Amino acid sequence: MMSPSLLIGGGRFLDPSQGMDKVGDLLITDGKIAWVGDQGTASPQPDSCTLDATGLIVCPGFIDLHCHLREPGFEDKETISTGTRAAARGGFTTVCCMPNTNPPLDNQASIDYVKKTAQVAGTVRVLPIGCVTKGRQGKELTEMSELAEMGAIGFSDDGDSVASSRIMCLAMDYGRALDLPIIDHCEDKELANGGLMNEGWVSTRLGLKGIPAAAEEIIVARDLALAQLTSARLHIAHVSTRGSVELIRRAKEKGIAVTAEATPHHLTLSEERVMGWQAGKNDQLTYDTNAKVNPPLRSEEDIAALIEGLRDGVIDIIATDHAPHTLVDKMCEFGFAAFGISGFETALGCLMGLVHSGELDLVTLVSKLTSEPARIIGSKYGELGTLKPGCQADVTLFDPDKEWVVSSQGFLSKGKNTPFDGYEFKGKVMATIVAGETVYQDDSLVIEKK
Amino acid sequence: MKVTESGPSTAIPETFPPPSTDKWQHRHVLDLDDFTREEIELVFEIADAMTEVLTRDVKRVPTLRGKTIVTMFYEPSTRTRASFELAAKNLSADTVSLDASKSSVVKGESLIDSLRTIQALGADVIVMRHSESGAPYLATQYVNSSIINGGDGWHAHPSQALLDLYTVRHHLGELAGLKMVIVGDIMHSRVARSNIWGMTTMGAEVMLCAPPTLFPRGLAGFISRCRLPNVRVESRIESALEGADVVMMLRLQRERQQTGLLPSLREYIQRYQLTLERLSLAKPYALVLHPGPMNEGVEIGPEVAHGPQSVIEEQVSNGVAIRMALLYLIAGGKSR
Amino acid sequence: MPEKTLMSPEDIERALVRVAHEIVERNKGAAYVVLVGMQTRGVPLARRLAVAIQSLEGIAIPAGSLDIGLYRDDLSSLDLKPVIQRTDVPTDITGKQVVLVDDVFYTGRSIRAAMDALMDLGRPESIQLAVLVDRGHRELPIRADYVGKNIPTSRNEEIKVYVEEVDGEDKVTILTPDREVTDESD
Repeated sequence: MMSPSLLIGGGRFLDPSQGMDKVGDLLITDGKIAWVGDQGTASPQPDSCTLDATGLIVCPGFIDLHCHLREPGFEDKETISTGTRAAARGGFTTVCCMPNTNPPLDNQASIDYVKKTAQVAGTVRVLPIGCVTKGRQGKELTEMSELAEMGAIGFSDDGDSVASSRIMCLAMDYGRALDLPIIDHCEDKELANGGLMNEGWVSTRLGLKGIPAAAEEIIVARDLALAQLTSARLHIAHVSTRGSVELIRRAKEKGIAVTAEATPHHLTLSEERVMGWQAGKNDQLTYDTNAKVNPPLRSEEDIAALIEGLRDGVIDIIATDHAPHTLVDKMCEFGFAAFGISGFETALGCLMGLVHSGELDLVTLVSKLTSEPARIIGSKYGELGTLKPGCQADVTLFDPDKEWVVSSQGFLSKGKNTPFDGYEFKGKVMATIVAGETVYQDDSLVIEKK
Repeated sequence: MKVTESGPSTAIPETFPPPSTDKWQHRHVLDLDDFTREEIELVFEIADAMTEVLTRDVKRVPTLRGKTIVTMFYEPSTRTRASFELAAKNLSADTVSLDASKSSVVKGESLIDSLRTIQALGADVIVMRHSESGAPYLATQYVNSSIINGGDGWHAHPSQALLDLYTVRHHLGELAGLKMVIVGDIMHSRVARSNIWGMTTMGAEVMLCAPPTLFPRGLAGFISRCRLPNVRVESRIESALEGADVVMMLRLQRERQQTGLLPSLREYIQRYQLTLERLSLAKPYALVLHPGPMNEGVEIGPEVAHGPQSVIEEQVSNGVAIRMALLYLIAGGKSR
Repeated sequence: MPEKTLMSPEDIERALVRVAHEIVERNKGAAYVVLVGMQTRGVPLARRLAVAIQSLEGIAIPAGSLDIGLYRDDLSSLDLKPVIQRTDVPTDITGKQVVLVDDVFYTGRSIRAAMDALMDLGRPESIQLAVLVDRGHRELPIRADYVGKNIPTSRNEEIKVYVEEVDGEDKVTILTPDREVTDESD
């Protein structure tokens, strides 16, 4: 479908890929960025629409390197259709979906299914991640080059780590040849031993079995050693502990080709959230399953280390690990509840809290959501994460100061499982444009047709 | 009122004028972490009155006539459940007991659905025991009945801690300043946790003793973050028991050895069993408590369990009085 | 709200002595009499009666205490439950003449609850009732056998009994609410 041309005028254009930060105009024509320049200098076509972006930040569309769309197999939790609509509402124009579906994405047909379904029913760009091992069993490698040919942008057994060091080493060797990252969910399952939340004073208080920080750090250290050995591309999923941050920092200093991600919830919520404590409020003790996630929410010191890691580049990107679940999965005893947070629609609002408190600057934040993930994905599927003329018009507009209250009932995702329900955020996505088409706009935003 | 012998001052003064129950702030009894000292003393006060009822030939008063108390136990239990049921019956309430391990749970009914059904049947109070920590807190969010926690996972067992403290008070009077030692599997013990809250609130000194693998790793953080005064930790039972006024032994479950937390039962017995010899390290009139059921020969020697310093049987009878007091405070009054 | 004293310490003393005489006379001696004071202020009154009877008859008679909190008929309508105080009747009441002692006799519901409690403690030969003040307005068919003073009241008035052991002084007062004050702006 031919998109009408769109002129976005008067916004603050933040494009870390070009080092751009200025107020100006942007013209989109035929689904591509036609022109970016100073305000008032665009030459729109006669039938173009205009969007007044005064007061808004205009940046490349957000890229999520880690999410769960649950289709095929778990359509009660989410589908590619509902998940991508939620992603659009969160400002994401490209999402990379994890392969722990049913059947898992360990074969060409399943990858093809996801791609085709996304083309028909998806609202944003979907790039699949293939399994490292067949059935995610950790025993045999998948046909990685076939999966790559089909469109996989990386490999992961997410949900689990690749337990066997030997298999992980082989996967890295194989992946290096394809120049694609192996994305590891680092967790020593034996040490984690059925734990339900971070091992610490809160787990002791609540009488819940804890997951020690070491359970993540052990596998991070192992993976880094293997990455050094194989020279492969390693990407550490959802880093949550300061020990992990430190290990990755030293590995990068040694020149190991590792990248790392952190989630919005790990950057802003501590283990205390499980007890039902919101910032500043001391509610009656609860066991909030909406704060049950793997890796678990950790301590304040871990959060500080992650934010520091964002600032100095040890943590390359922010990814949501969007993990929707049904009400039944969460409305039960803490020990029985599923792990996961439905994160697309709260990501920006939550992260803007760090910007407003001065812990993170806006340009760094935007780069972690745009140019940096694009760098990891590469340009095989187009140049992502940029507003350079000639590139696909994936654009996100957000109001950095708009105040709004999170309501899980209003989520477009089927997953209403969020620990942020009722939170007051300052910073909201106002419009999301994929290939020139506006796939989400806030009710208060007006796009005028000439 | 009988004044019992032994130990320091024991006479419990008559209360003129009566303390008022407006200090009682609880709709549920989930744990002792939010009980003030006054509330605990109020429970003791009412339990004294209930103790008197239990000395009569007809151990029954009409106080909770017309109220329905449902016990819902997802974990097996003889003494706690029987204790709550007797307490309810003594107050003339109607009781229904559900052994959830057998019933609809097996058919896959969720906890919340089971609770809603029970509420619809007219339960005023639900006494719950569950293997998952936090289950009663979930219950309070979904039903209107009052909830009394009969034990949830590793987390809390408030009525047990109250009866433990009540028993100590009978013998030793004022609880403040007493040195109370808890020995055993602290990590998995809801009895230990609730007693830590109760003991510290009443001003006692708490000493926790366990093999290193049975202490929760977050314990030091928990003690400092929750600002618990006077809680110390010790790995050697001999050091822990020195000068103790109260020794509470916890049951060691055999699974702990099976899941690798302990090398052998034999070593546990060698290092941690309460023998007469070890007990002599405590004060001469020190009390021996155990929440039951005991593994005689494992955590406690039979000569200690049945010896003169043991108040274990008294704990059981006090348990009924304490639970009557809790039911009175929770269920007496307007039905919701 | 004016509080008016109706009985002075001496009035109370005289009333108790007279009641003591009446108890002994009615029961033809004190050999089988057990006094049971109702918490809270009935308890010290019962003790004083016991002392008075002892000085008349030369024998010590048992004086116990009874809390009716577990027997009230109005528990369902109360937001705050009453604290249950001591029930301590130091002797078996079966076959005895039990004299309940209370400070103010009003609707009769407390006495009904007390009788239920006594029946759970044993089988007395008779239950009699001694009260310091009878203010009328019975809601149940119960009467007092011994009355210190009859004080007719209206429903919105309040009788307050102070006893030394509880309140630090002895007196009986009546509180009459002010009449409605109309809002006049002068």
